[in-house]
Amino acid sequence: MEHIRLPKVENVRLLDRVSPRRSRVGTLYLTATHTIFVENKTGVRNETWVLHSLVCSVEKQAAAASGCSLLIHCKNFQVLHFVVPREQECHDVHLSLQRLSQPVLCLAERHTELYCFSYKPNVDEKERCQEWDFLDLKADYSRMGLPNSLWKLSPVNQHYKVSDSYPADLFVPASATPPVIVGSSKFRSRGRFPTLSYYSKENHAAICRSSQPLSGFSARCLEDEQMLEAILRSNPCSDFMYVVDTRPKLNAIANRAAGKGYENEDNYSNIKFQFIGIENIHVMRNSQQKMLGACELRSPSMSDFLEGLESSGWLKHIKAVLDAGIFIAKAVAEEGVSVLVHCSDGWDRTAQVCSVACVLLDPYYRTLRGLMVLIEKDWVSFGHKFSHRCNHLVGDPKEVSPIIDQFLECVWQLMEQFPCAFEFNARFLITIHSHIYSCQYGNFIGNNQRERIELGLRERTHSLWSYLWKNQADYINPLYRPDHSQTQGLLRPSTAPYCFKFWRGLYNRFDQGMHPRQSVEDYLRAIREETQQLEEQLKIAHLEQEQEWSVTQKAVTFDKSPTAWALGNDLGLANTPQDYTGGFITSSPCQPKAPDGRRILLTQDSNQTSESNLSSGSDQESGIADVSCRSPLSTDSTRDPDSDEAAYSAA
Amino acid sequence: MWRMLCSDSRYNRRAEAPCASPATTCSSRTGRRAALGRFCCSSGTSMPLRKVWKTFWATPASSLMQATVKKVWKTFWATPASSLMQATVKKEYLNLQGRLLSSVKICTCSSLTSQAWSSVSTLHALSRPSDANLPDQWGLSSPEKHYSQMKELHDRWRLSTVNREYLVCPSYPPAVIVPKNIDDDMLEKVAKFRQGGRFPVLCYYHKKNGTVIMRSSQPLTGANRKRCREDEQLLQAAIEGSDKGYIIDTRSSQQALQASMTGGGFESKSCYSSWKRLHRQMERGKALQESLIKLVEACGDEYHNMDRWLSKLENSKWLSHVQTALSTAGLLAECVERDGHSVLVYGSEGKDSTLLISTLAQLIMDPYCRTLEGFLALLEREWVQAGHPFQQRCAHSAYSHARLQQESPVFLLLLDCVWQLWRQFPLALGFSEALLLRLATEAYASNYGTFLCNSDQERCVLGLKENTHCLFQALLRPRERDCYSNPLYEPTELAIWPSVHPQSLQLWRGFFLRRTPQARHLEEVQEEIRNMVIKWGKLALS
Repeated sequence: MEHIRLPKVENVRLLDRVSPRRSRVGTLYLTATHTIFVENKTGVRNETWVLHSLVCSVEKQAAAASGCSLLIHCKNFQVLHFVVPREQECHDVHLSLQRLSQPVLCLAERHTELYCFSYKPNVDEKERCQEWDFLDLKADYSRMGLPNSLWKLSPVNQHYKVSDSYPADLFVPASATPPVIVGSSKFRSRGRFPTLSYYSKENHAAICRSSQPLSGFSARCLEDEQMLEAILRSNPCSDFMYVVDTRPKLNAIANRAAGKGYENEDNYSNIKFQFIGIENIHVMRNSQQKMLGACELRSPSMSDFLEGLESSGWLKHIKAVLDAGIFIAKAVAEEGVSVLVHCSDGWDRTAQVCSVACVLLDPYYRTLRGLMVLIEKDWVSFGHKFSHRCNHLVGDPKEVSPIIDQFLECVWQLMEQFPCAFEFNARFLITIHSHIYSCQYGNFIGNNQRERIELGLRERTHSLWSYLWKNQADYINPLYRPDHSQTQGLLRPSTAPYCFKFWRGLYNRFDQGMHPRQSVEDYLRAIREETQQLEEQLKIAHLEQEQEWSVTQKAVTFDKSPTAWALGNDLGLANTPQDYTGGFITSSPCQPKAPDGRRILLTQDSNQTSESNLSSGSDQESGIADVSCRSPLSTDSTRDPDSDEAAYSAA
Repeated sequence: MWRMLCSDSRYNRRAEAPCASPATTCSSRTGRRAALGRFCCSSGTSMPLRKVWKTFWATPASSLMQATVKKVWKTFWATPASSLMQATVKKEYLNLQGRLLSSVKICTCSSLTSQAWSSVSTLHALSRPSDANLPDQWGLSSPEKHYSQMKELHDRWRLSTVNREYLVCPSYPPAVIVPKNIDDDMLEKVAKFRQGGRFPVLCYYHKKNGTVIMRSSQPLTGANRKRCREDEQLLQAAIEGSDKGYIIDTRSSQQALQASMTGGGFESKSCYSSWKRLHRQMERGKALQESLIKLVEACGDEYHNMDRWLSKLENSKWLSHVQTALSTAGLLAECVERDGHSVLVYGSEGKDSTLLISTLAQLIMDPYCRTLEGFLALLEREWVQAGHPFQQRCAHSAYSHARLQQESPVFLLLLDCVWQLWRQFPLALGFSEALLLRLATEAYASNYGTFLCNSDQERCVLGLKENTHCLFQALLRPRERDCYSNPLYEPTELAIWPSVHPQSLQLWRGFFLRRTPQARHLEEVQEEIRNMVIKWGKLALS
């Protein structure tokens, strides 16, 4: 609280990012956790909530006649442009927000400023504990059929002694003895020795992950070679295995000079070594920045946007990750060959590639619970450095990188290609994305399992997974059918460049004018629910008929406009014309404005209940055209080629 | 001729309509050949075709070869445009056999098709497959019917038959709607003042506020600023009772100025004082054609890397054209619906971009145009009857060797824009993507007469209405209707304003990439949606 220099500013304008001529006037409130903008308008209570931990940067621009601009970029890609009337106020808000959005690392009680420690929903303690038991990774391994005669659970990392960024429970080949494991871990960067990530029951092929070997130019390690041998032998059907280095070859070679590097095919028996050029975290960070720059352009032409998208290289990187995932998935499912995947430290690209391969391989990971398990397994437990990558605390800006964003986008790209194959919808991915950054739940705090235990997150915070599970109705894809042909087995996506789309739903999520005004998904969900209801009623009716079939007919009357259209009022749409005119046309007073008073349908995030106190909590903007700020009709914005009337009269 | 020839074999494959000829019901190789021979003989231009086919069939008939040929036929008929097929055929064939020699032969055959296309105007033997299911009436509507349906119009507008002999304007239908107090003599004078005689006529009446959209061609003011009193009176009469109207010129003001140097021009402010001119530059003709060629070329190679694909996509400018078309249509609709003023639209000839934006604006504003019947009637009115030269514009599609001046995918651009509308308002349109795809195919290769010829006059001379079937009628038959209607359709009275942000517009993958497995997945989804709705509908009724 002591950081808030100014709790309330009046007469602040919030400009629309897409069409800056539309703006809203209201009051800005600063609280300990949120910045809230309340529009001054009688009748409508229109609020915009911004969670401080989602604020990525606050930028104060030079004062102008109308006031002083404050530009807030959020980690969920919301951009807010406030104009504060007085410069002093703007200055105070700026400083307060800067401080509030950067929780400080306090040595004695680390992370206590993080939102998850103060977030207290109305849940009692017992229930809170149960939240954390919702997902159990051991259950997932036993779903894969582990442990079995080929793979065993190893206690070697029980106290995080061998690798402090690995989880305590790890699966290793049954033939790998502790000395081999420890020896191998000494030969691997940060002790991240090869361990199991995914095991295919059908053909015994496995995906293993590790970090790069410390091979330098010529170093060898017998135990590491034995470890790989053991992995190979755990797959009785195959006589070789792939070792996939997800880095570009040049990067891997450069690492050799630092005593790291990659496996030498001559030293390891029966491996096939493969480079897959996924760029490093710095390239990805810059690429996303550039891509967001293209999204933020004010009224860009088609060419501007496509050029921006191209030069950012973002889709190219997404394609690289997906290509790598496909390579591994095919090796496992089609060739029945085990794969060892690593990059440098084995927590960024390795996590991406392994999890994408899992989504492609196993229909389970395409279900609601499956995706949660997958993120918990390949990302959270295997030590993807969420705190660093997502900038939860003030830290090194060079450590920040949208690695998990890329994974979520890969899943989204797959959903676009296989709309019936996923149990969840895009809203699910977007919600996960914003909570990874929001720090509202304890799941993504810290960089690895050891840190999370030290912080006592299980004891002090809430878990996102059970929250998502409770609200699963919002995240179900109505087109999903477990028995659909698209849903079965290995997904075979195309990675031809034209199959990749720009994910407007995430990167332009808050620009409401850009999204489709009607949602097929919501319509289908309503239909599906109603179909289920009707089926049940029919069943009951049948039963009743059997019991006493003289009973008066049960009223199962549904007219052709289903109850679902209560929600459908919005679907009936209403929106305002876009900027076709460049400020030319005004709405003349004789026009009835009825259609505009209705609400725009928020397709991507109808944030009614599900996201009650996250960022844009109750920002349900009604699409009222702001006529007043449009230039009057008399303004001549087009040049008139025949303004020289003299010429005419002369002729 | 070739069209007709194609179409019969198509029955063969799709069995989409019963056909009287016994040969076509037979799917064997000989049967096909017989059918082919029959049709070839029926026309004068058959010789080269026959020759090619002879060589084709004369090649050693191994079983592999037969399989390939079947494949070729399949691709042939399934492609959206006859000449798009060239590439596809070649590719498929190479995939199957890997022998270049034979693929060259197939290509000869298909390029020959293109030649055969241009002879449509001289054709005299149109076949009309007998089909009992089609009603006798040709077309969905006529200007007379359109006029009589709109009672509100009658006090200020009349139906003029000044063009009944096609003498005043060869590209207009015999009857057009004009302001009531402008008589036929005046119209004749106005027609002389407008390019190609396309004087301003009403194309849409907005019931909510009584404003109208009119379209015409450019006035022939020329460099010395000629005037035409009758033209001024006509426009004045159109906005009687209102303080002003808008003129949307689909050229830039620079282009308009240039046009006046070569005899065309624009309405000067001094003579048309109550009209406000807006310029919105839209590409047409050659530029549009080149754009399509580039786009199709970019879509043809799946082994491009991402940068190359995006730069090719950008370079083709197709999406920019979509954006411009939608935003100009949005401007037009905004003038009418929100500003409450009548609008006159034209480009230069008034046969291409003019029709494009007037059609889109009507879809945006008019709920009836968004129904299946309404949309087809709109197309018939605004494109077929209004004289879009389909034969010149849709002869070769993207792969023409001879770069003909007249080829231009305006109609395809319209369908793409409609698809964008459907993407943004998936519940507001009564028809499905499948209809748009079908129309895109039919515009280039059809067994119906609807898209033949360049104008009503030509169709009349050739007796198309007597000799061919009407596509729009066929699309409204019960079985087709099931497949082309939108299962999610929820009529809405409101205008549907499309978003024209670059992020909101997408490549029409269903069309440009319809050969890819991804397109098939999307078709499966549409199928799934239809089944869900049907199931729900059945339950709700029971």
